[in-house]
Amino acid sequence: MSVFTLSQADKEARLLDELSTLTDFHRANCEPYDRILRASGYQGASGVAELPWLPVRLFKTLELKSIPDDEVFKVLTSSGTTGDVSKIYLDKAAAAEQQRRLAATVQTVLGPKRLPMILVDTRAMLKDRRSFSARGAGVLGMSTFGRDHVWALDMDGQVDLAALRGFLEKHGDQPFLIFGFTFLVWLHLYEVALEHGLDLSNGILIHSGGWKKLIDQAVSPEEFRKRLSGVGLTRVHNYYGMVEQIGTIFLEGPDGGSLYCPDFADVVVRDPETWAELPPGKPGLLEVVSTLPTSYPGHVLLTEDLGVVHGIDDGEWPGKRFSVLGRLPRAEARGCSDTYRSAA
Amino acid sequence: MTELQRLREAFRTALDLPADAPVDDLRYQDNEKWDSLAHMSLVATIEDEFSVMIDTDDVIDMSSFKEAVRILGKYGVDVK
Repeated sequence: MSVFTLSQADKEARLLDELSTLTDFHRANCEPYDRILRASGYQGASGVAELPWLPVRLFKTLELKSIPDDEVFKVLTSSGTTGDVSKIYLDKAAAAEQQRRLAATVQTVLGPKRLPMILVDTRAMLKDRRSFSARGAGVLGMSTFGRDHVWALDMDGQVDLAALRGFLEKHGDQPFLIFGFTFLVWLHLYEVALEHGLDLSNGILIHSGGWKKLIDQAVSPEEFRKRLSGVGLTRVHNYYGMVEQIGTIFLEGPDGGSLYCPDFADVVVRDPETWAELPPGKPGLLEVVSTLPTSYPGHVLLTEDLGVVHGIDDGEWPGKRFSVLGRLPRAEARGCSDTYRSAA
Repeated sequence: MTELQRLREAFRTALDLPADAPVDDLRYQDNEKWDSLAHMSLVATIEDEFSVMIDTDDVIDMSSFKEAVRILGKYGVDVK
């Protein structure tokens, strides 16, 4: 039961069809989106890379939704580095679908059973249950895939060694799930496991949240994998995703080193100056497409992240394999959203 | 206690509802106490009460009291 099944040609044919239909739907139901597309002169696309993209930043400045106010079921927010907030509007159907697709994606590596789970975070994250941070929401979303949860950090953010030891005594001899943000995993799980000789060899780690802090400490993604295998942790899956395309994650395959696109999503790497699609091996700006955004026009988004496609249909799972290389320096990203701001 | 009474109790305990609160028509997120955080505690309470282990897809599908009854049936618990 995998969602990583389609070859690139099959996927693109299917996505072009579904995303074109979504584009028409959002035009008919989201006035600002229609205005942007009219200004761009969009007349239809003959390939996924020709679909009209929105800069992800636009969700911070415009209210973009394709559903009536009384059908809004959830409003998701993400705070950016500048303090601007993206607002993402879901109706009931979109909220349920995103959760199902996320589950299907993660179950590719976890299987259908919920595993005992270590959350590399603190319960304090969920103290105010009316307004979780993006980090809290991420932890809570992932906790669905586990049971008998244990928090690796106490309420003060200190490592709870007794809790970890207790968990491993009870569950350490069978597969268990570990989830956390990359930097926290490094700092609060890897280093602690190393120091105290914790055996994590039955663990399956799912982690996300960017490499910036680790690269500042001179830890590359390759080094991260290598060092984790030193404490027995060999099943390690990084993922890339954003609230503006909630439910869609690009998951690191069993071979490590590349992210793969689920059947309902894809990436396009663009030249940040000409916007032309770049071939494998050439780094550029990442565009993410997904069929999940049905209640807001977030199905084709230009991110502010740099990435590179490593190969197509040549890995353990079909489709494109890629890496995220980090954020585009701020000044360079300005051009594209300015274009759109004047169009809008 | 019948299975139905036990399931009602599990809902009241996990969602922190009064002992006489009606629960048979509860739906996820229609009641303000049944949010995503409470949902995980509800699943754990039901698993303990009926000694079952509920799969991920069923955790996601358990969006009402009536769905919980149906899902428990799959695990051999006949709630009536």
